[in-house]
Amino acid sequence: MLLIPCPYCGPREEVEFACGGEAHIARPANSDRLSDAQWSDYLFMRKNPKGVHYERWNHARGCRRWFNVARDTVTHRIYAVYKMGEAPPSVTP
Amino acid sequence: MTTQPYRLARGGRIDRAKRLRFSFNDRAYEGYRGDTLASALLANGVVLVGRGFKYHRPRGIMTAGSEEPNAIVQLGVGDRTEPNIRATQVELYDGLSAASINCWPSVEFDLGAVNGMMSRLFPAGFYYKTFMWPPSFWMKYEYFIRRMAGLGKAPDAPDPDRYDKTFAHCDVLVVGAGPAGLAAALAAGRAGARVILADEQAEPGGSLLASGETINGQPAAEWIAAALAELASMPDARVLARTTAFSYGDHNYVQMVERVADHLPPASSPGPRQRLWRVRAGQVVLAAGAIERPLVFADNDRPGIMLASAAATYVRRYAAAPGRRVLVFANNDGAYRDALALLDAGIGISAIVDPRPDPGAAIVAEIRRRGIEVLAGHVVAGTKGHGRVESAQVMKLDGDKVAGAARSIGCDAIAMSGGWNPTVHLFSQSGGKLRFDAARATFLPGAPVQAIRVAGAANGATSLQDCLREGHAAGAASAADAGAAGKAGDAPQAEPATPDEPAMPIWIVPSVKPVGEGGKHFIDHQNDVTAADLQLAVREGYSSVEHLKRYTTMGMGTDQGKTSNVNALALLAVTLGHEVGAVGTTTFRPPYTPVTVGAFAGHDQGDLLDPVRKTPLHGWHEIMGAPFENVGQWRRAWYYPKPGEDMHAAVGREAKAVRTGVGIVDASTLGKIDIQGPDAVELLNWVYTNAWNKLEIGRCRYGLMLGEDGMVMDDGVTTRLGENHYLMTTTTGNAARVLGWLENWLQCEWPHMRVYCTSVTEQWATVALNGPLARRLLAELTTDIELDPAKFPFLSFREGRVAAIPARIYRISFTGELSYEINVAPSHAVALWQALMAAGEKYAIVPYGTETMHVLRAEKGYIIVGQETDGTVTPHDLGMDWIVSKAKKDFIGKRSLARADTSRPDRKHLMGLLAENPSEVLPEGGQVVAEVKDRPPMAMIGHVTSSYFSPNAGRSIAMALIKNGRNRMGETVHVPAGERVIRATVTEPKFFDPEGKRLDG
Amino acid sequence: MVEAYLRRGPLAHRSLPSRIEADGPRKSAAGLWLAWRPHRAQVNLRGDASDAAFIGAVRQAIGIDLPLKANTTSGGGDVKALWLGPDEWLVVARDGREGDLAAALRQALAGMHAAVTDNSEARTVIAIAGPRARELMAKATPLDPHPRVFGPGACAQTVFAKAAAIIDQIDDAPTFELYVLNSFADYLWAWLERAGEEYAIAVVE
Repeated sequence: MLLIPCPYCGPREEVEFACGGEAHIARPANSDRLSDAQWSDYLFMRKNPKGVHYERWNHARGCRRWFNVARDTVTHRIYAVYKMGEAPPSVTP
Repeated sequence: MTTQPYRLARGGRIDRAKRLRFSFNDRAYEGYRGDTLASALLANGVVLVGRGFKYHRPRGIMTAGSEEPNAIVQLGVGDRTEPNIRATQVELYDGLSAASINCWPSVEFDLGAVNGMMSRLFPAGFYYKTFMWPPSFWMKYEYFIRRMAGLGKAPDAPDPDRYDKTFAHCDVLVVGAGPAGLAAALAAGRAGARVILADEQAEPGGSLLASGETINGQPAAEWIAAALAELASMPDARVLARTTAFSYGDHNYVQMVERVADHLPPASSPGPRQRLWRVRAGQVVLAAGAIERPLVFADNDRPGIMLASAAATYVRRYAAAPGRRVLVFANNDGAYRDALALLDAGIGISAIVDPRPDPGAAIVAEIRRRGIEVLAGHVVAGTKGHGRVESAQVMKLDGDKVAGAARSIGCDAIAMSGGWNPTVHLFSQSGGKLRFDAARATFLPGAPVQAIRVAGAANGATSLQDCLREGHAAGAASAADAGAAGKAGDAPQAEPATPDEPAMPIWIVPSVKPVGEGGKHFIDHQNDVTAADLQLAVREGYSSVEHLKRYTTMGMGTDQGKTSNVNALALLAVTLGHEVGAVGTTTFRPPYTPVTVGAFAGHDQGDLLDPVRKTPLHGWHEIMGAPFENVGQWRRAWYYPKPGEDMHAAVGREAKAVRTGVGIVDASTLGKIDIQGPDAVELLNWVYTNAWNKLEIGRCRYGLMLGEDGMVMDDGVTTRLGENHYLMTTTTGNAARVLGWLENWLQCEWPHMRVYCTSVTEQWATVALNGPLARRLLAELTTDIELDPAKFPFLSFREGRVAAIPARIYRISFTGELSYEINVAPSHAVALWQALMAAGEKYAIVPYGTETMHVLRAEKGYIIVGQETDGTVTPHDLGMDWIVSKAKKDFIGKRSLARADTSRPDRKHLMGLLAENPSEVLPEGGQVVAEVKDRPPMAMIGHVTSSYFSPNAGRSIAMALIKNGRNRMGETVHVPAGERVIRATVTEPKFFDPEGKRLDG
Repeated sequence: MVEAYLRRGPLAHRSLPSRIEADGPRKSAAGLWLAWRPHRAQVNLRGDASDAAFIGAVRQAIGIDLPLKANTTSGGGDVKALWLGPDEWLVVARDGREGDLAAALRQALAGMHAAVTDNSEARTVIAIAGPRARELMAKATPLDPHPRVFGPGACAQTVFAKAAAIIDQIDDAPTFELYVLNSFADYLWAWLERAGEEYAIAVVE
């Protein structure tokens, strides 16, 4: 079970959170002009890296805020958490 | 009753004043408080405690700790019986009863022992080779294998004991309370850290409990007592005995199980039997000690053959003699100290057999001085005995063979030692890699990846002084890393010891005949895996340690190979011609020792397994005898049977009453979200398929919510309460999900939107009146709301009082009848309900439950999200194009509706199904086929989503998702239902009042 | 006329007043005290914490400054505010004050982007106190109840048993007040009685 440092509440147990998958996927504007393939890319295709992954988490049972986490998918080490709208920090494992 | 013939006259940490009676295999014995079951059995001269798993050879007690592979017993009787318990960990209590497993009909006379004579039938991988063909025979084989294997019996009644679980937090968790662990806890505690010290044994002290050494000039036992007293005086140090740390997860999440009352007679204490500790530790010090390695020699499994350290522990700690003439077979100096302990207790030593050609340590000289023969450069090439070991065949070691004539040395026990394996299980679970240390011939912890330090024997330390020093340093450093600023004090001092001479690794002890031909070299005693099995597996091509493990079942017993894994790995390496350590290790998985499932459940079982959510009217429903339906965690009244009514009759009566008079239903579980802000309407336009700009204040509108994939996710009615103020309702099961969905978009995608969403699901209790008489009834209880349909039309909302209770009333309908959904404060719900029931008496008001609600909506063809939909259904599939705005440029899910797959004309469509026999109700979930064949497979074209007997239509009705359904109108399809096939006709999914004339009453 | 009706909270069926009477003599020997505080004014407030005008308007309306530090409370006399999120608070007061508090807030915040939602009826309050209170809290929630971490003035939303709760430590006894959704209250009360049994429980006022 991970210990996730909510940027608002501080470290809390994983049971309080919900994972929202890969971060920094913006909803395309003008979706009507996208091809099926382009739309499917937004809808379905996600990174699954071995190593640092930028992902969204929601402190669902706490302050209800969404935020971003840079987490190593192998060691589960959390390198950084940052608020929605902030640029992803560069992380060197 | 026997008289404990092997109990030593003096010594031990047992309380001789406290006699305890116990039974083993239905025979009565006596022991003392402080005994384990194993030590008490030894004291009584019981060495035959079980049978081998595969060959059913007699087995005795091999260790004195949690690593025990042999002495596995069935503990207790009746509801509390527990299989696969290690006798070495069971603390004796008065009245304890235990029995051997793996033997049938009895441990002395075991039919399965014939397997031993036919052992060539049980080679490595014998399950795979023998029982795989023909496949249909497996069931038969399994019956006999299970019978013969006899892995103990699970109780067949519910566990009567209570279990507890708790979270815990600390700066420094110390695992193991031996010398290193105690030193670490003292250092960390003195520095001011919050400390938890956990140890699996009955009392802290570890190896010191059986030690004659001194610390800080005090005998070990006194030093332990002083250390514990000091820890007890610290405000933030917790010492947990009988507590096994069994799992090491991410971010220093360590799970431990405390055996709170297992050492007491069953049901004799009021608290929980066991407690699960879920510890989040800032830093961990692993001081779990080390496990002695058995030697792999021919017939090394006879009762009486045990680890040298175990023999010394039984003598010193329990005053129980493992034998009267003990032969020691060891490749290291430590076992000589154990031999000395036995000698000091008056136990005879037949000889010490040491493969090292010239052991020269002082301790060896001392042993010789005491008149004990040391056979250097010799090995035990075999053993003999019936039931118990009676002699050892000792031969000279010549390279990797034995030479010369065997000398038979009489003995009734053999104390063996092949060196030590640090207990690195938790370190490995923490993600740390192990490295092979050739000098010590064992695996040691490498670089950690979490905040963990390993100290003492677990780190490869061998002297008491090193253990104390490492423990102290680890405790102090951990406390500092955790932010504790105090002083850790000085490390405890032991007497200086001269370093041991190197041990001589000997992974397989040669015998007269080749391995596998005459005598068995057991490696894994619990799963009966021999050196010959391993070598055979290697010859068959198994060179990966993980494959070898699975093929031979090595290390896969309840002991997880604590005594066998390293010997097996080394033998694999040697057989392959590799360096020992080059083949790696198998994965160390939790739990370290087996954990009772009850400990994981804690209090979350039985009636508390999952939260039961109750509406404010729950008590009223109970009094009326309503059965409840589970809807998520909610309990909803299902129907209200009158005396003599079954569900069918009750639902028939309720459903008729709603369409002819008035019915009342508790709809409090619907999700409700308060939405405020200038951009609220924009949010609604995004998350619903239809347009919201023109909804006036006081009006309500139905909405369909899609996922971004275009599939229906939720539905509900949203009301405009004020200029920038809306109330959204969701389905009962989706309330939290929809709120999360809105927040997800607002926070992550559209932070510019000025909207706040707040769940108000439980701020309001909802009571709905349905039926043509609803208006007349409501009119009697309200004075400040105009109920005339012209003034209060369908899909609108009013605020006022009902029975003098402040209420919000919504004219929305889930039945197709005239309907008022009355919302009041939950604390007033019962008062409102009773007022409506009382006033409704003259209208023959009928309370109805969820089943009738479902029937009524199905008669109208109204969908239920999650029943008609399953995440693969679009609005078009449901025939609900009318609610999908063409004018809106975009909304969540819009683009997906134009994808090639979602816009196919022949997708599954929601249709009605009418069985040819109107009294026959189709099975919900039933598969729909176009063409019936004699047997499967038949092409499935859809499934029944809802199916009821409709009292108002006077026949059975059903809805189904059917491929290309709208082009099959009037076709006959088939629904196989068990042995029968029901014929049905495809129709529109509307079965009552298709024009919707009844909404205004 | 409303007052003529008996208001029923979610634990009304448990007959706690008679438990309180029966447990009275055992109170000092008990390790845990459980209490039910059925009704309390609870107004959910949303707004921009970085906007001085918003904070000022709230102060003017209810007489206290909202807590801006995460997981803390402010006020505590007549009116108290619990931090629920960076733009969300729960304003609590004695039962009956929800109407005037909400009205005062709405009036003061008129024209501002803020949201005032009366949620007083959604949650009930269960109090846990006594010498073993922290141990019971540790069984129920992954939060660390240690005085170095949590204390009077601290609040948190978290998992509680298999439900959720807003926790407010109101004193050093220690006493923890749990705000729990009404629908979960019966489950949680039963859970607390079971998990706390080993410490001996007295139900108190």
